[in-house]
Amino acid sequence: MASDKRPAGAGKTGPGSKGDTDPRDDDLERRRRELEAKLATRRPGRLEGEDKGQTRSVSGYAQAFRLSSEFIAAIAVGIGIGWVLDRWAGTSPWGLIVFLLLGFCAGILNVLRAAGLVGEFGRGGKRSDG
Amino acid sequence: MAAADKVDPIHQFHINPIVPIHVGGYDVSFTNSALFMVVIVVVTGLFLYFSTAGRSLVPSRLQSISEMSYEFVASMLRDAAGTHGMKFFPFVFSIFMFVMVANLIGLFPYFFSVTSHIIVTFALAMLVIGTVVIYGFAKHGFGFLKLFVPSGVPVALLPLVVSIEVVSFLSRPVSLSIRLFANMLAGHITLKVFAGFVVSLGAMGVAGMAGAVLPLAMVVALTALELLVAALQAYVFAVLTCMYLADALHPSH
Repeated sequence: MASDKRPAGAGKTGPGSKGDTDPRDDDLERRRRELEAKLATRRPGRLEGEDKGQTRSVSGYAQAFRLSSEFIAAIAVGIGIGWVLDRWAGTSPWGLIVFLLLGFCAGILNVLRAAGLVGEFGRGGKRSDG
Repeated sequence: MAAADKVDPIHQFHINPIVPIHVGGYDVSFTNSALFMVVIVVVTGLFLYFSTAGRSLVPSRLQSISEMSYEFVASMLRDAAGTHGMKFFPFVFSIFMFVMVANLIGLFPYFFSVTSHIIVTFALAMLVIGTVVIYGFAKHGFGFLKLFVPSGVPVALLPLVVSIEVVSFLSRPVSLSIRLFANMLAGHITLKVFAGFVVSLGAMGVAGMAGAVLPLAMVVALTALELLVAALQAYVFAVLTCMYLADALHPSH
């Protein structure tokens, strides 16, 4: 990319040639600092643009899989908690029923959250379930 | 069909002990899974070491790859968790590289894909959630529990909402591990099944060989898809790790 436009010696600056201090090195050092400063000012905008492009191209498949797995995982966890609670407390069907329903709610909450329709954890805001 | 009996899509996931070790009634043998984990770590470590050993200003191709992966994870973590999150960079980068290399190595024929076992992905996910919980409590004390109490909810609804939030939080490691495991398992089984079609059709004479072209094309296309999925799932795993770590850093924002 940009390397083609550099002077011929610039590419060889590695750990080996640190000792010599010819003016070209100083010049290079100055230009590197300038580039760094320029990059720092451009960083937020550039990264945002990159990220958007990335998520858009991969979104379909990844998003679909993410939504479904969030939903299933919450229900599975609800069933698991209910079953264990029943085993320990001997409240036979009730733990399973209650926690299955809670898991279902949590699954829907997870899906809405993954889709960006509900705020993240601890943020409150609109809430369509519960 | 004799050939069909040999096509066993699950066979590739069998764990075989290489060096049997039994300690106190527990089987801690060195298995093919463990071998591939060691291979993954060694390959990743050597690659990162040697590709960055040159440290040239204008990077070579290999150096570009390692610099790109660094930049990629760093920007992901900075976007999700802010600059405070950068203290978790080594953790997130290790997880990303491990999952990525494990998925890619698993694509080679006859290689074992570590991430197609749910216990491995679940261990990784528990590592992430464990870090979140321990760091959250260490940093914020019981203020970390505010994560489960959304602001602006009526007191009457609070028990219900909090229990839903708790179940939702507990489902995170499960969904994180199931997603990676299911993707890798399903992809490898599909590849094996279609490759099995090629073999069994090819054994049926000229007409079969002509028909075998279709599944062969499918296998080629699926391999490309699996390459995408391998990278994508590593990316998703790392992104969600960053998001969960952001919760530990700022539980009440």
